[in-house]
Amino acid sequence: MSAAGISAPLFRMEGVSRRYGGVRALENAHLEVVPGRIHAILGENGAGKSTLIKIMAGVVAPDEGRMLLDGREVTFRSPAEAAAAGIACVFQELSLIPDLSVADNIVISNPPRRFGMIDRRAQRALAQEALLRAGADDIHPRAAVKDLPLSRRQMVEIAKALALKPRALILDEATSALTAGDVAKVFAVLRRLRDEGLAILYISHRMQEIAELADTCTVFRNGRNVATFAAGSRSNSEIVEMMIGREYSHVFPPKGKPAAAPGKPPVLECRNLGWTDRLRDVSLAVGEGEVVGLGGLEGQGQRLLLLALFGVLRGVTGSVLVDGRPAAISSPAEARERPFSMALIPEDRKTEGLMLPMTVRENLSFAALDHVARGGIIDRRKEEQLIDDMVRLLEIKTAGLDVPVAALSGGNQQKVVLAKWLMRRPRIILLNDPTRGIDVGTKQELYRLLRRLAETGAAIIFYSTDYDELVGCCDRVLVLYDGRVIRELAGDEINERALIASALNVGDGQAETAA
Amino acid sequence: MNEWRYWLGEQRGTLTGLAIFLAMFAVYVANHPAGFTANVVHTAANKGVLLAFVAMAQALVVITAGIDLSVGMIFVLTNCLASWIVVGAALPTALGAAAVLVVGALCGALNGLLVIYGRLQPIVATIATGAIYFGLALLLRPYPGGSVNEALADALTGRFFGVIPSSLVALAAVVLVVWLPFRRSVIGRAAYAAGSSEQAAFMSGVPIRRGKFMAYLLGGLLAGMGGLFLTFFTYTGEAAYASGSAYTLWSIAAVVLGGVSLYGGRGSAVGAIFGAFAARTTGDMLFAFDVDPLWQPLLQGIVLMIAVSIGSLALLRVRNRLDWFQ
Repeated sequence: MSAAGISAPLFRMEGVSRRYGGVRALENAHLEVVPGRIHAILGENGAGKSTLIKIMAGVVAPDEGRMLLDGREVTFRSPAEAAAAGIACVFQELSLIPDLSVADNIVISNPPRRFGMIDRRAQRALAQEALLRAGADDIHPRAAVKDLPLSRRQMVEIAKALALKPRALILDEATSALTAGDVAKVFAVLRRLRDEGLAILYISHRMQEIAELADTCTVFRNGRNVATFAAGSRSNSEIVEMMIGREYSHVFPPKGKPAAAPGKPPVLECRNLGWTDRLRDVSLAVGEGEVVGLGGLEGQGQRLLLLALFGVLRGVTGSVLVDGRPAAISSPAEARERPFSMALIPEDRKTEGLMLPMTVRENLSFAALDHVARGGIIDRRKEEQLIDDMVRLLEIKTAGLDVPVAALSGGNQQKVVLAKWLMRRPRIILLNDPTRGIDVGTKQELYRLLRRLAETGAAIIFYSTDYDELVGCCDRVLVLYDGRVIRELAGDEINERALIASALNVGDGQAETAA
Repeated sequence: MNEWRYWLGEQRGTLTGLAIFLAMFAVYVANHPAGFTANVVHTAANKGVLLAFVAMAQALVVITAGIDLSVGMIFVLTNCLASWIVVGAALPTALGAAAVLVVGALCGALNGLLVIYGRLQPIVATIATGAIYFGLALLLRPYPGGSVNEALADALTGRFFGVIPSSLVALAAVVLVVWLPFRRSVIGRAAYAAGSSEQAAFMSGVPIRRGKFMAYLLGGLLAGMGGLFLTFFTYTGEAAYASGSAYTLWSIAAVVLGGVSLYGGRGSAVGAIFGAFAARTTGDMLFAFDVDPLWQPLLQGIVLMIAVSIGSLALLRVRNRLDWFQ
């Protein structure tokens, strides 16, 4: 298990498991962290990396297994306890407090005190020192965090971790928003810290970074650590192979006939779509009966693209066409009406998709009220009929229509979201990672439903963080990187290897097909 | 020079509150028949200081992203209590005043416990406790009455050196003794952090619960000070439901005017004080203009609406419409 153990491990994880509902996020994981080394953790989205570090940083508790620090067993009940033990974490979702200043944030877990009050002069000195150590002394300690751009916030986050004077430093995608200049600075800092004897755990999707920085690598897949090896001893394509594995556990329905009727314009098309610096020059077309996937690493603009098409964003440049005619959609209310008939299935069903305390019936009929109402009066019988149809079509498992949605399982909640929109008979369906946190059985039902909708003529855009799904469900896949479409895959080109390689923006030795 | 800019950024809400107040007060004084005299200032200070205490109390809770709908009732309850026990010679009076403040703090602490450990929504928890506090006030004073140590009352509502209203001096002392230490302590910072982003605060190991609890407790204490001053002004105690409700609602308007964000994490109790004086001046201004009393509530509402709108201008610049709801 252990890589070349030069010195005794600082931290060990033995047989650690963690479940979220029915989903196994981490299963029997082992990890050994050695001082004076940079240890890279690799894996697909959802391979268990984030759960691993959350356990290590005291954010969540493991269900099974034990953790040893300096050979002694430890349990962390909170991030504060982990920090006190010398484990500092730079989180992917930022842990900065937006309304406080940079200096306030850097010393937040243990501000310097004089006579019981926070000593602002000492605080400022500490913050300045930490910023300097992180190579970010261009940031003013008094600036409010919420006024800083994302890349500066990430540097503050790193400075904040360093201010704890940790023995083990965890960086979770800490460079994802940084500029190239910042990355070089951070790398220099990390190398210096390593030479000072810090143990560094580095999680990143960027293979080049790992090749440049890491001493040891561990690959995670489906919640297990599958291999640990010295950096540089495996090729990029071998590593990608390890990340995918060979398990194909999902069952996908057969794909439809590829080409739509010739001569007919695509149902939905956008040309040179742009929004601030987060979406750039995105063009795509979806025909009748087609399922087009959006791939790539998380947060590369996929969600924003769907929001832009659905009329949520202001100041979108470029043009959107529906049935070949220019469509100026300026709000979700407009998007869902004829002639557009769009539906957006959001990723966060709890806040954007459902009203949790309300019943299944109420949630369902909201979206379709104007379809069952005549002159403002709801036709009860028609409503009943429509809801019954949907519950049967989607096989929603509920104790009744008058049960609050909150009482349903995650998978069934997601079905209610889908049903809610399907009642309006949409022609354009935008799905934002709809299967996240759903059990495999329900996933399969959703895949079949998706295909059936396509067969009845809907145009579907399907964003997923699960590469398996993109391979199994989509006729074409557009891979996004940094707000641009960097690759389009069609037919047999859609496989995990190509998806991961293009998502990471590295060549993988496979013949590049001209886009 | 850079420092100066950051300082402005930090104090923007408070300074906006101050500016609104000064503008209104200038208009008021300019149109007052007597003009800018010690008497006019004294009356305005004494009227404003009550709402200022209650608004400070509200500000502490709002900073934690909560809301306290019982502040007005704590104010009424402590008034009724003070009209019984803040009497007699120096020592009993002092003990009585201390007891009044302790009761105020306990009321705030109960709110805090319900919200933090009972996991109740602040809005419903404080509606319930507000009703309880009013009920207690009614039992203490079924009919208006009672008395207070008049020497103390006159000292705290009179003037220093014939010009400075002593109620303002007391208010400033409270800012120095209660607010500034809170603001500059670890607990106070925890309250701000919890209000700004509870999740990030948790991830950073901030003592969220202690911070919130202290905010509610000190809120009760400040509302109790307001109740004590009310007794000093009126020499009696009265369980006035309408007055308690009005103070609660105006305290919310005052914190918004004073630049305290209802989403939590931003603003200061000093801003709330300016907001309270500004809110008070809206009423007085109409008096100075000799407006028909029948029109006053309507016009006062319009002035308030305009003042509060100034704070919402930022929403016009949002580019992702989902940000409106965050």
